[in-house]
Amino acid sequence: MRDNLVKHLLLSCASLSIVFLAGITVTLFKEGLPIFKEVSVFKFLFGRYWYPTYDPPDFGILPLILGSLWVTLGALFVAVPLGVGSAMYISELAHPKLREILKPTVELLASVPSVVYGFFGMVFLGPLVQRLFDLPVGLTCFTASIILGMMALPTVASIAEDAISAVPRELREASYALGAMKWETITKVVVPAASSGIIAAVILGFGRAVGETMTVLMVAGGAAVIPRSVFQPVRTMTATIAAEMGEAPMGSDHYHALFGIALVLFFITLGFNLLADKIIKG
Amino acid sequence: MRRFKQFVGFVVLKTSVVVGVLFLFSLIVVIALNGARVLSPGFLLEFPREGMTEGGIFPAIVGTFLLSLGAVGFALPLGVLGAIYLREYAGGGRLVRIIRTGINTLSGVPSVVFGLFGLAVFVKLFGFGVSVLSGSLTLGVLILPVIIRATEEAIEGVPREFREASYALGATKWQTVKGVVLPAALPGILTGAILGVGRAAGETAPILFTAATFYTRHLPGSPFDEVMALPYHIYALMTEGTEPEHQVPIAYGTALVLLLLVLAVNFIAIVIRYRARRARKW
Amino acid sequence: MVREKIVVKDLNLWFGENHVLKGINISIPEKAVTAVMGPSGCGKSSFLRCLNRMNDLIDTARVTGKVLIDGRNIYDDAVDVSLLRRRVGMVFQRPNPFPKSVFDNVAYGLRIHGVRNKGELRERVEEALKDANLWDEVKDRLFGSALELSGGQQQRLCIARALAVRPEIILLDEPASALDPISTAKLEELIEKLKEDYTIVIVTHNIQQAARISDYAAFLMLGELIEFGRTQEIFTAPKDKRTESYLTGRFG
Ligand SMILES: Nc1ncnc2c1ncn2[C@@H]1O[C@H](COP(=O)(O)OP(=O)(O)O)[C@@H](O)[C@H]1O
Ligand SMILES: [Mg+2]
Repeated sequence: MRDNLVKHLLLSCASLSIVFLAGITVTLFKEGLPIFKEVSVFKFLFGRYWYPTYDPPDFGILPLILGSLWVTLGALFVAVPLGVGSAMYISELAHPKLREILKPTVELLASVPSVVYGFFGMVFLGPLVQRLFDLPVGLTCFTASIILGMMALPTVASIAEDAISAVPRELREASYALGAMKWETITKVVVPAASSGIIAAVILGFGRAVGETMTVLMVAGGAAVIPRSVFQPVRTMTATIAAEMGEAPMGSDHYHALFGIALVLFFITLGFNLLADKIIKG
Repeated sequence: MRRFKQFVGFVVLKTSVVVGVLFLFSLIVVIALNGARVLSPGFLLEFPREGMTEGGIFPAIVGTFLLSLGAVGFALPLGVLGAIYLREYAGGGRLVRIIRTGINTLSGVPSVVFGLFGLAVFVKLFGFGVSVLSGSLTLGVLILPVIIRATEEAIEGVPREFREASYALGATKWQTVKGVVLPAALPGILTGAILGVGRAAGETAPILFTAATFYTRHLPGSPFDEVMALPYHIYALMTEGTEPEHQVPIAYGTALVLLLLVLAVNFIAIVIRYRARRARKW
Repeated sequence: MVREKIVVKDLNLWFGENHVLKGINISIPEKAVTAVMGPSGCGKSSFLRCLNRMNDLIDTARVTGKVLIDGRNIYDDAVDVSLLRRRVGMVFQRPNPFPKSVFDNVAYGLRIHGVRNKGELRERVEEALKDANLWDEVKDRLFGSALELSGGQQQRLCIARALAVRPEIILLDEPASALDPISTAKLEELIEKLKEDYTIVIVTHNIQQAARISDYAAFLMLGELIEFGRTQEIFTAPKDKRTESYLTGRFG
């Protein structure tokens, strides 16, 4: 009797995650859908101009979507080789003692707040990029990609490492028994066997990077135009929401448009997370 | 030839680790060296002056403290009870699968989307306004998955023998959970709570529209007051105001304080986990 | 004539499809030591766990038949499992003290069953530890961690923990299998003493041990009860060929 009561109380706590998730979804729809009375879904997604405060305003988020895509792909360009490489090194080559140090270091890398990464990008990496490539500004898609890549690295590395460590020893031994060297065993046996986990790591890394806000807000430069080169400033979806929500009057079209962006963002990350989930579970 | 290939391969893997470590290292060094210059007891204990160009960051430290404790205070009980349900009460079942997917999905939602959710629900719908309360609740929802996962892991580590011994004495399920499982899982749960504090302390986007303000002359007198916070302070110093030559050094100092705080929190969590593992004889 | 404490009638147990106990009938006498022997995997532990309904905790387990304790079927719907387990204590193969102090381990069951009074707790913890022949070794470290005791001490602590709630029956599942010879001797001595007050069922696959400490012995094979009787008779004149083979070491 009492135990039953306890059980129901516990169940309702466990269900809270669902409740919050539903709350988020409902909120985004409720506040985001009204913008589609002003612009069509098509014009919203593929409109080339984002001028929310002009008269009449333009609510085309294509430049923001492309901005997010560019920065995120750039980040993956950094995070995937480094992350998977690190994972291979940590699980296959590193001395157990070194591994005991490297794993917490990776965790530490993950725990640095994104605003600190953004700050570091503004004061250090931005100027460095500007000087190295002789650019008018240092805060560009390129700079943001590097920082974001370093931020996604721990996600990619730790999931890839799980996948690589899970490859059974027998497989490796079979390879060695055939006279393969370590490198050959790693590249021809271990990595292929862990490939689905590694792919999941990449997808999750993508989800992380595309949703990241403060770094890109501070480092990517913030121009809401369709980027033509990686050395140009860009504006992502997340950065736009963060930068403009403070100024958008509550209930205005601009306000609803920002929620509309969040809706798009939410479904992109949701899709990638579910995909990664599916791949991990097989 | 094979040997050469292996040699090159190993160098590449090693390099990827070195790059990651080097990046973390340079980030810490750059911020530590520049931040140390402004760090002083006064910097920690004084209010900002002269439109943020002088003085300290005391209210931001207090604000971050309040926000993260509030977040953990909200998420810890709910997360622990929910995890108990998932590990001890729920069978396999569809409901549990849905809940788990919900938790995974929630942990993948971009932080800026949490901010919008907090704005629409806590600030507006519940009428808490831009306040410590709204910010804490928003951050609490964000760290809920962290707490649930840590607790689940801790509960999973409690040997079945303990439960059997308890049941064999006639204990009910709840008595067993309360008397045996939770005490044995406590270090793990504590680790989760600490990691939650670290995460909440470093997040910016969720408090952007729910709690944070650039400047207050008072500490919050009630949960309904807005606050300054370390991560937001860094962002604001770098993007607002007109005297970068005075603001950037303060931002360095603030970034150092935040970095130390977050690293210390994570370090403590690692130590607790490590010691609990060593102390445990089962 | 001995009184029968536990009467098992047509007991069957399945784990999923696996038929683990097949039509067991046995009457276990009061205030005596009954040993359950048999090759490993034959269902000894499972049988023991039927006597305090520990198998209830396993989702795939299914039980038919009756287990009567003092004439009442413990598988009746009306039976309170918590009270049943209080009457039927259990000690496991590997010592499993809680990661708490010695005192809290013994007091655990008492607290579960509502003893709150500090004085009473102390008294009954002391009594249980004395009954378990452990008091002299731990009286100065009652509040130290139980995990710091030796294996043999831990096992006697587990017995004390079971005794504290004043059961009538004690089930022991290979309690000496993880212990050294000296600890085992102490444990056997303790069992010898406890049978004055308790009905004891002990699983062992150490034949000498069964011969030393038990009054009655049951021999299980592949989930069937092959033979049951006075230990002396079973060891000197087994009725079944298989029992004889087992006792002379031809399998197991
Ligand atoms: N929890 C369980 N789930 C499924 N099968 C089990 C479980 N416990 C024991 N079994 C099976 O029941 C049979 C008897 O096991 P057990 O009673 O432990 O034997 P013994 O104690 O005589 O060695 C074995 O075939 C074993 O695999
Ligand atoms: Mg057994």
